Amino acid sequence: MLKGKSLIDPSDFSKEEFREIFDLAHEIAKDPLKYKKSCEDKILATLFFEPSTRTRFSFEAAMLRLGGQVIGFSEPNSSSVAKGESIADTIRTVENYADLAVMRHPKEGAPRVAVQSVKFPVINAGDGGHLHPTQTLTDILTIEMLKGSVENKVYGFCGDLKFGRTVHSLIKFLSNYDGVRFILVSPEELTIPEYVREEITRKNVPFIEVDKLKEHLKEMDFLYMTRVQRERFFNEEDYIRLKDSFILDAEKMKHAGPETYILHPLPRVNEISIDVDDDPRAQYFNQARNGMYVRMALILKLLGIK
Amino acid sequence: MLEITSIEKGIVIDHIPAGYGIKLFHLLKLEKADYTVALINNAFSKKRGKKDIIKINNTIEFDVEFLGLINADITVNIIEGGKIIKKLRLTVPERVVNVIHCKNPRCVTSVESKIDHIFHLVDPVKRSYRCEYCDDIIVPY
Ligand SMILES: [Zn+2]
Repeated sequence: MLKGKSLIDPSDFSKEEFREIFDLAHEIAKDPLKYKKSCEDKILATLFFEPSTRTRFSFEAAMLRLGGQVIGFSEPNSSSVAKGESIADTIRTVENYADLAVMRHPKEGAPRVAVQSVKFPVINAGDGGHLHPTQTLTDILTIEMLKGSVENKVYGFCGDLKFGRTVHSLIKFLSNYDGVRFILVSPEELTIPEYVREEITRKNVPFIEVDKLKEHLKEMDFLYMTRVQRERFFNEEDYIRLKDSFILDAEKMKHAGPETYILHPLPRVNEISIDVDDDPRAQYFNQARNGMYVRMALILKLLGIK
Repeated sequence: MLEITSIEKGIVIDHIPAGYGIKLFHLLKLEKADYTVALINNAFSKKRGKKDIIKINNTIEFDVEFLGLINADITVNIIEGGKIIKKLRLTVPERVVNVIHCKNPRCVTSVESKIDHIFHLVDPVKRSYRCEYCDDIIVPY
């Protein structure tokens, strides 16, 4: 039963619970209009303590397409947060108005604090360089649409694997499935954090860490590209030195397999060159629509409507 | 060897790694005690050469679990009538609350007041712990 639960970390739900969400998301994708009145008397609060357009739009569009209403803020400077209110107090106040909340916060673990303070469902929409579980739902729905299932596949991850919260969430999720293997491509400074390495080691998931993309492209079923983000660095020189390290272009794509699909959480800067966009293996623009469908499914499940 | 008056009724924390006695003394808030307490630094130890000892002339209630965070070799002896009546074995705790703090500057515990600092055991041999909030792994002592 997902009703009333919160999604902060991919390990918060069982495999069966995720299955329920994906099954519903596939149904919604086939006929989204069928659900246009499902959340008629419900309100979603979107609490964005850090600017984001993409994820916020995706959640708001999902709620509106379910017939629900949305309240919230996307500019922490103009809210009570700027006056120094704690996360716990903010979320407790919001619980009086809304049926569930989505939270993005620059501090890692902030949504966990929110969950401890309230009884209604809270969804983590990205916390610092830590996790981003609803992007993972988006990624998985896309993977299932392209290759049927997530099992028995080779997943490449490239770019900022240290601060890339979408990467941490997706690796954590995939490590529970049989026959999964990882190829982790990054500069030495941006390898996966210790807690992710500990988890995949404990679960005996085979993985290699390399610093060249081209040689390994052929064996990948999926390549997950990420952006090296300025805000994750304390020092501008490190950012400038590393941001152009791992770029995927049409030339490199010649070395990829015929069904090596390219995924990216977006927004992209220059890590995927635009000459890759027309390649049928480039799937990143299709991910966005799937993201809305899977968020619709998540909202319906957490509210206990479906 | 330095002689410390033996105690009638109380607690002796023995085999503390040399140098950690003072830390433990503060963790147990013994500086606020209104009964007799003794911190002995650099006592002779057959095993390690040097050790610290804390003697408490009172039966105080404390969570012995977190001592395992520092070193599982530490022993806690309960004294009554001048004799050891109980030796407590230490284990490395599975979960610790409000004893250690997260070192990750991006962690929410660095900004949110009034929250419990919670850690979960990752590796009992390395004695490493994972922050409940940001998942950062630390070895506390
Ligand atoms: Zn932390």
